[in-house]
Amino acid sequence: MEFGIVELSRLQFAMTAMFHFLFVPLTLGLSIIVAIMETVYVMTRRPIWRQMTKFWATLFGINFVLGVATGITMEFQFGMNWSYYSHYVGDIFGAPLAIEGLMAFFLEATFVGLMFFGWDKLSRVQHLVVTWLVAIGSNLSALWILIANGWMQNPVGAAFNPMSMRMEMTSFYEVLFNHVAQSKFVHTVSAGYVTASVFVLGVSAWYLLKGRHTDLARRSIAVAASFGLASALSVVVLGDESGYSATHSQKMKLAAMEGMWHTEDAPAPFTVFGIPDQGARETHFKVEIPWMMGLIGTRSLTREVPGIDKLEAQAEERIRSGLIAYDALMHVRAERENADPAEIATFEAHSADLGFAFLLLPYVEDPRQATAEQITMAAEDTIPHVWPLFWAFRIMVGLGFLFIGTMVYFFFMASFRGMRFPRPALHLAVWMIPLPWIAAEMGWFVAEFGRQPWTVDGVLPTAMSVSHLSATEVLVTLIGFTLFYSVLFVVEVGLLLKYIRKGPFMDVAETVAWQHRHEQRLSGGRAGPGEIATPAE
Amino acid sequence: MILHELIDFEVLRVIWWLLLGVLLIGFALTDGFDMGVGALLPFVARTDTERRVAINTVGPVWEGNQVWFILGGGAIFAAWPPLYAVSFSGFYLAMFVVLTAFILRPVAFKYRSKRDSAGWRAMWDWALFIGGFVPALIFGVAVGNVLLGVPFYLTDDLHSIYQGGLFAKFFGLLSPFALLCGVVSAAMLITHGAAWLSLKAAGPVAVRARAIGSVTAILAILGYAGAGLWLANGIEGYAFVGEVVRDGPSNPLTFTVERTGSWLAVYADRPWIAIAPVLGFVGLVLTFFGLRAEREVATLLWSKLAIFGVISSVGLTMFPFILPSSIDPASSLAVWNASSSHKTLFIMLVSTVIFMPIILAYTAWVYRVLWGKVTADDVTANSDSVY
Repeated sequence: MEFGIVELSRLQFAMTAMFHFLFVPLTLGLSIIVAIMETVYVMTRRPIWRQMTKFWATLFGINFVLGVATGITMEFQFGMNWSYYSHYVGDIFGAPLAIEGLMAFFLEATFVGLMFFGWDKLSRVQHLVVTWLVAIGSNLSALWILIANGWMQNPVGAAFNPMSMRMEMTSFYEVLFNHVAQSKFVHTVSAGYVTASVFVLGVSAWYLLKGRHTDLARRSIAVAASFGLASALSVVVLGDESGYSATHSQKMKLAAMEGMWHTEDAPAPFTVFGIPDQGARETHFKVEIPWMMGLIGTRSLTREVPGIDKLEAQAEERIRSGLIAYDALMHVRAERENADPAEIATFEAHSADLGFAFLLLPYVEDPRQATAEQITMAAEDTIPHVWPLFWAFRIMVGLGFLFIGTMVYFFFMASFRGMRFPRPALHLAVWMIPLPWIAAEMGWFVAEFGRQPWTVDGVLPTAMSVSHLSATEVLVTLIGFTLFYSVLFVVEVGLLLKYIRKGPFMDVAETVAWQHRHEQRLSGGRAGPGEIATPAE
Repeated sequence: MILHELIDFEVLRVIWWLLLGVLLIGFALTDGFDMGVGALLPFVARTDTERRVAINTVGPVWEGNQVWFILGGGAIFAAWPPLYAVSFSGFYLAMFVVLTAFILRPVAFKYRSKRDSAGWRAMWDWALFIGGFVPALIFGVAVGNVLLGVPFYLTDDLHSIYQGGLFAKFFGLLSPFALLCGVVSAAMLITHGAAWLSLKAAGPVAVRARAIGSVTAILAILGYAGAGLWLANGIEGYAFVGEVVRDGPSNPLTFTVERTGSWLAVYADRPWIAIAPVLGFVGLVLTFFGLRAEREVATLLWSKLAIFGVISSVGLTMFPFILPSSIDPASSLAVWNASSSHKTLFIMLVSTVIFMPIILAYTAWVYRVLWGKVTADDVTANSDSVY
């Protein structure tokens, strides 16, 4: 593959987005776990729960800051590297990003400072509210980002405006309640909860193995296993919901994930194992479960899941229809207000396929001059690379079931076996820590790589979305971000390990003493917040 | 739904132009002192404890402040997509430098005190300095370039093409006028940081901040005056020619634009806008005297007034232009041709009207809870939990 501006921009986006998503899932889940622990503390007033809250919050903070820092790149990168995309769909895509800032990010970022520095300045309940607001803010952030991403997967509620040469919003309601966005949101935050649960479980298991902080570790396992069990179930159930959504909106992605080269008779089988071969258009060494795919994809035994061959033929039809739209658009654009109403009507009749005409741009400057072979080639371009999708998806699903199994086991041992965990199980929990990240990155890979060759499915091809930069410029920033992020990653992991080794920074006796003083301060008259703020601990 | 037609497209565009100003000013007022404190750090604090005092004055609030920057990006994307597309791709490497600085800064805040070694801490101190000073300078340089006009043009499909090779694109931004604007911006935000430290830090840190802040206040006054004179005499402005459709589709190519004698010509048409530069000067002068007189709260307010005046003066002078093109004036982005659609502007306005008051309320509450000076004792007594 030649590395031009498109490939470099994609590589940079993939690198920065996947790096960002190393921190996001832990933030999503750990914020809630910390808030749950603090809730127990406020309800029971038992010092151990405060100690747990503060310990996990310290790790949360180290992780949170990199999520925030790398999120900055995401907010600006669309304009920097994807300026035609930004112009073309900013009218729709920009809105959820801005609302994310207004509704969610301001909330979490404003209160996260108080969460760490407000222990002495707030009452117990006030501090608990602050912690919950951070958790709610983080999770709402994910909602708006996934509404934006969901629109790229299933662009509803928008239409092309020939006067401004871009997509414009026709229904905010449809963008907001896009079924793809909704199922992606729940699937993604659940994945975050699983990540944090596995993390808490693994770190606590390590303490048990070392015989350190066993009170803290046992209780943390109880929280992580219950929360993790519910989340692991929800990830798989809602992941299935995502698959069902994809059947309606992104048939090609689904067919590629399954390596379904040819349309099968309903109900289609699910391929558990196989070696997809793009050249021969078949999957070798298939191991199939009959009926399964039809059930997942259509929730019926009679409806058909279309295969790649059928979808490719449909793409070719849509390219031809898109060419009609493109031709009409060129006339409308030249005449502007004076355009012939008949041309406008023609454009509108075919405008849903306009994006397919753009698929010809890599082959011919004016798509209207395209030959039949070029149209066939462009239709073939709508097929993503199958084997990476096929395998990434299977790794993700396999891990998903592994997490359910682990959480069931630890939940059972914690609830009914008096927390007497066998050492091999604890070792396993420690070694499992990296796995949820792998599953999450695989999930994003399937979602984004599977959408190719589009940035906005069926609307705007990736190759057309980039900025007019030189390859050197993008190479400079790609190398710059890679080096910079690598350093940050090493520093972050180093600090996490340091604080995990160090353990909770106050022991139980100190926590009790703090609690006593805090109570005295709170009951000592109605002084202003400044006066309560005497140094303690 | 036709709800959005309750407000005219033209009016919505002006509202969003005002909100763009609110966001930029909100960012400069809040994150501005974070940047100022970062830039001042090596000069106001000598021992580790002093540095921690300075850092902890902004410690609990920088994260919320930085959201103004993120929200600025998001709101430009949502309300002014062509501006978002043209400016960030055009200023590509400069944006990369700003992003790097802004990524470095949060990490430095959070990680600096997590290890005891002096080398580790010194490294993050430099990161904080860079994270404060460099963006403060670059934002001014960017504003300077916008006033000069930026070398881009739009194709018929509205692809934005920025002229020049790799080096010309980056170093071309550093013209003398743009650098002067950068100096004004950096001096103004460092003064703001000094006013903040004067209020929030105790002991020698506040004393040194006041001394440095009064020097940078004078620098800002001189630089602002110099940039104004330069603008009056050496820089051409832009104006629309012929009928200007204010509620049409967002397509710059449907407009005709010409260069005029000077940006400042608009002051003859709408003299009332002179209030903005006057507030800028008055604010800076009062900040200077406030720092000398150790008037802590008032100085911070005056510094905010100065920032408000200076930033507003740029916007009001250029109105209705937002990003003029130096090589193809017809491609210039303006309030009437670079916004989102009528519907999107309306939806975004509704969201802003709902959430902005809530944001301001809880931000105010957080600042109230954190009211009071940070002292050396606070830092040493809470050594494990503060920055």
